[in-house]
Amino acid sequence: MNPNDTAHVAFENVSKSFDGRNMVISDLNLEVARGEFLTMLGPSGSGKTTCLMMLAGFEALTAGTIRIDGGSVHDLPPRKRGIGMVFQNYALFPHMTVGGNLAFPLEVRGMDKEQQRERVERVLRLVRLDGMEDRRPGQLSGGQQQRVAIARALVFEPDLVLMDEPLGALDRRLREEMQYEIRRIHRTLGVTMVYVTHDQQEAMVMSDRIAVLRDGMVEQTDGPEALYEEPMRSFVARFIGENNRLHGRVQEIDGDICRVETGGQIVQALRAVPCSPGDATTLSIRPERVAVAPKPGQYTNELEADIEDMTFLGDHLRLRLAVCGRTDFVAKIPNVVGHGAVLEGDRIRIGWTPTDCRALNADEEEDA
Amino acid sequence: MKAPGRIRLRTGLLVLPLLAFVLVTFIAPLGTMLVRSVHDPVVADALPETMEALAGWDGQGLPDEVAYEAVARDLVRANEERTLGQVASRVNRVRSGLRSALTRTARRMPEDAAAPWRDVLSNLHEAWDEPETWHAIQSAGDRFTSRHYLNAVDLQWLPDRSVGRQPEERRIYLALLWRTLWISLGITFLCLLLGYPVAHLIAHAPPHRQNLLLALVLVPFWTSLLVRTTSWIVLLQTQGVINDVLVALGLLGDDGRLAMVYNMTGTFVAMTHVLLPFMVLPLYSVMRSIPRRHMSAAASLGAGPFQAFRKVYWPQTLPGVGAGSLLVFILAIGFYITPALVGGSTGQLISNMIAYHMQTSLNWGLAAALGGILLAGVLVLYVVYDRVVGIERMSLG
Repeated sequence: MNPNDTAHVAFENVSKSFDGRNMVISDLNLEVARGEFLTMLGPSGSGKTTCLMMLAGFEALTAGTIRIDGGSVHDLPPRKRGIGMVFQNYALFPHMTVGGNLAFPLEVRGMDKEQQRERVERVLRLVRLDGMEDRRPGQLSGGQQQRVAIARALVFEPDLVLMDEPLGALDRRLREEMQYEIRRIHRTLGVTMVYVTHDQQEAMVMSDRIAVLRDGMVEQTDGPEALYEEPMRSFVARFIGENNRLHGRVQEIDGDICRVETGGQIVQALRAVPCSPGDATTLSIRPERVAVAPKPGQYTNELEADIEDMTFLGDHLRLRLAVCGRTDFVAKIPNVVGHGAVLEGDRIRIGWTPTDCRALNADEEEDA
Repeated sequence: MKAPGRIRLRTGLLVLPLLAFVLVTFIAPLGTMLVRSVHDPVVADALPETMEALAGWDGQGLPDEVAYEAVARDLVRANEERTLGQVASRVNRVRSGLRSALTRTARRMPEDAAAPWRDVLSNLHEAWDEPETWHAIQSAGDRFTSRHYLNAVDLQWLPDRSVGRQPEERRIYLALLWRTLWISLGITFLCLLLGYPVAHLIAHAPPHRQNLLLALVLVPFWTSLLVRTTSWIVLLQTQGVINDVLVALGLLGDDGRLAMVYNMTGTFVAMTHVLLPFMVLPLYSVMRSIPRRHMSAAASLGAGPFQAFRKVYWPQTLPGVGAGSLLVFILAIGFYITPALVGGSTGQLISNMIAYHMQTSLNWGLAAALGGILLAGVLVLYVVYDRVVGIERMSLG
C-alpha cells in the first residue's frame, strides 16, 4: 500500500462507552494526513482525550476501527504502536534525571550507550534545553518540564506524536511561547501530530486542521480560518471566537439568502446549511462585522438598537446592545480616527451584510 | 516580636505533659535498665570487707587468711540483713553451684568460730578450697561490670582477667541472637513479598473499593494480638483445622499430621500475619502518590510490563519498601507474645529470653544487656538506613 494514498491515522465509525449505556464517543470518523498537525478541540467531556487514549492504545474501543497507515491497531499494545505521547502534567519519571528520562525509550529498545547519548543531546538541542541532562525533573520550571516531556516523546523518532493538553498547567505567557515552540518543532520534524486541547486560541496557532468535538461527535473539521469564517454548525460558531446568536424561524428562501424572523424583526442571512421555510434556525454574526451607525441604505440589514452597556478596551469600544428581543448583542467599534461618538442609553442604527450572518442549525443552548 | 514568641512558649507548654509522660514511662525505665546492664552494686555492698581483702589478691592460687575472715564475717552479716539470697544468686550466675556454698556457709557458721578461718570455711564447704570460687566472688563484686554484655554474647572474664568464651553448654545467646536476626529478616522478606501486591492493588483500586480493601487490612490490625495468635494455634495445631482438612482430603495420613505450631514454622506464619499491615500501609501510601500515568508513559515509550515495573514503578516505591521493611524488622526483632505462644522451643526469640531473665531467673543485669544489644542493633540499622536512603524519604503513611 502506498502510504501517500492512505491517511496516516483514521478513525472509522469509532464508538466508546465506559459503562455500556452512555456513549462517550459515538460513531466518530476522522482522518489525519501524514505530516499534518490536527487538533481535537472541544469543551471538557467532549471525548477528545478518550479519542487520544484509544489511538495510543490505553483505552479499548467499544465499536469501530482505528487504523494507522491503513492497518488496524486493534491488537497492538501501546508499546508496539510506536507513538510518541505527551501527557497532561508531563508524567516525567521523578527518580530519573532529564537524561535518564530521555534515554528511557532508547534503552528499552536496546540502543547502545553512545548512540543514546547522541540522540539525547540532539533532542535536547531541539527543545532548547542543551546541557540539562543531569537535572532532575523536580529541579526544572514548568516550562522546562514541558519541553522535556515533548523531547521524550520525540527522542525515539516516532512519526506520530500525540499531545494531551500539554500546556494546561502553564501560565498564559509561557503557554503562548510554547505554542510557537511546538509549531516550530512540528515544522522542523514533519511528524504527524494529534493534539488535544479545549483552548481554541491554542488550536488556531498551531493546527493545520481542527476537529471540533462535542458530546463524542465531530461537529466540523477544517482549517482555522475556515472554522472561524465559515462555521457549519451553531456550536462551532459559538465555540470558536465570539459570535452573536439570534434564534429565529426561516420565512422565505431566495437562492443563498434566506429571510429569518427573529425577535419580531426580519433579517436577511446566508443560508449556510440546507433549510426550508418554517425551520427553526440560529443566526450567527461576528461582532466585528456589525457596523454601528452606517450610512443609511449601505446595508441590506438595518436595525435599531439600544446601547445597554459600553466598555472601552483600548483598540476598540465594545457595545452591548438590545436588539431582536435580546440584550446581549455585541458590536465593536474600532478605535480609529473619526469613530462615532455614542453614549450609553442611546438608540443607534446597526447594519450588516447578509453574507456575514450565517443561518445555521437551531441551537438554543447557551454558554454557561 | 513579643507575641509570636509568647505563642510559641504557650504551645511549647502544651506538649509538656507528653514530655513528662515519655520521661517517666520510657526514658527513665530505659535509662535504669541500661544502667543496670553495667552497674550492679548488690554484692559489693553486701560483702564490703571481702571486696577490700580481695583487692590485693594477685589471682594466683588461694587468697590469704584475711580474705577468709572477711568473707566469713560478711556472709554472717548478709544472712542477718537478709541480703544473702541476692548475693548468692549473683555469685551463682558467675559460677553455678556456688549458691548453696554461700548460703550453707552463712547458715552453719558456728557462733564461736575463730581463726584459722580457712579451716573453718573449708569444713563448712569444699568450694572454699577452689580458686574459682574466689574469682567468682571477685567478679560478682565489681560495681561496674561488662560481665552481662560479655555473657550476652557467650563470652566471660577468665580468672587471668582476659576475655574467653563461655563453656560449651552455656553458649546460648549468640545462637539465639542470630536466630532472631534471620527469623526477623525472613519475616520482613515474607511481608514484603505478600504485602507488595496487596498494597499495589489497594493503591490503584477505585476509591470506594480502596476503603473496603484497606478495612480488610486493618481489621486484623485492630483485633487483639492475643486473639490472632491463638487463632493461628487453632488453625495450625496437630489436631487443628488445616491438618484435619489435609487428612480428610487424603493428602496426609492420620499419623503424618504436620507440626506447624510450637516451632519455628508457627513463629514465621503467625508473626508474618501480625506484622503484614506494617508493611502494607507504608507501601500503600507511597504507591498512592505514584501517578498511574507513569506506567502508561512507560508503555508508550516502548517498555514492556516488566521493564516498566523494574525501571519506573519499583524505584519509586523504594521509600515505602524501606519504611515498611525497617518497621517490620524492628518490630519483629523485639517481638514477644507471638513467639512465646506459638514458637515452642525452636521458635523462641531473644525477647523471650529477656522476659525469662526478667521474670524467672531474675537476672536483670543480663536481661538489660540483651535489651541493650537489641536497642543498639536497631539504632545502627536506623543510622545505616538514614545514610543510604535518607530518613526524610521514609513514608510511614
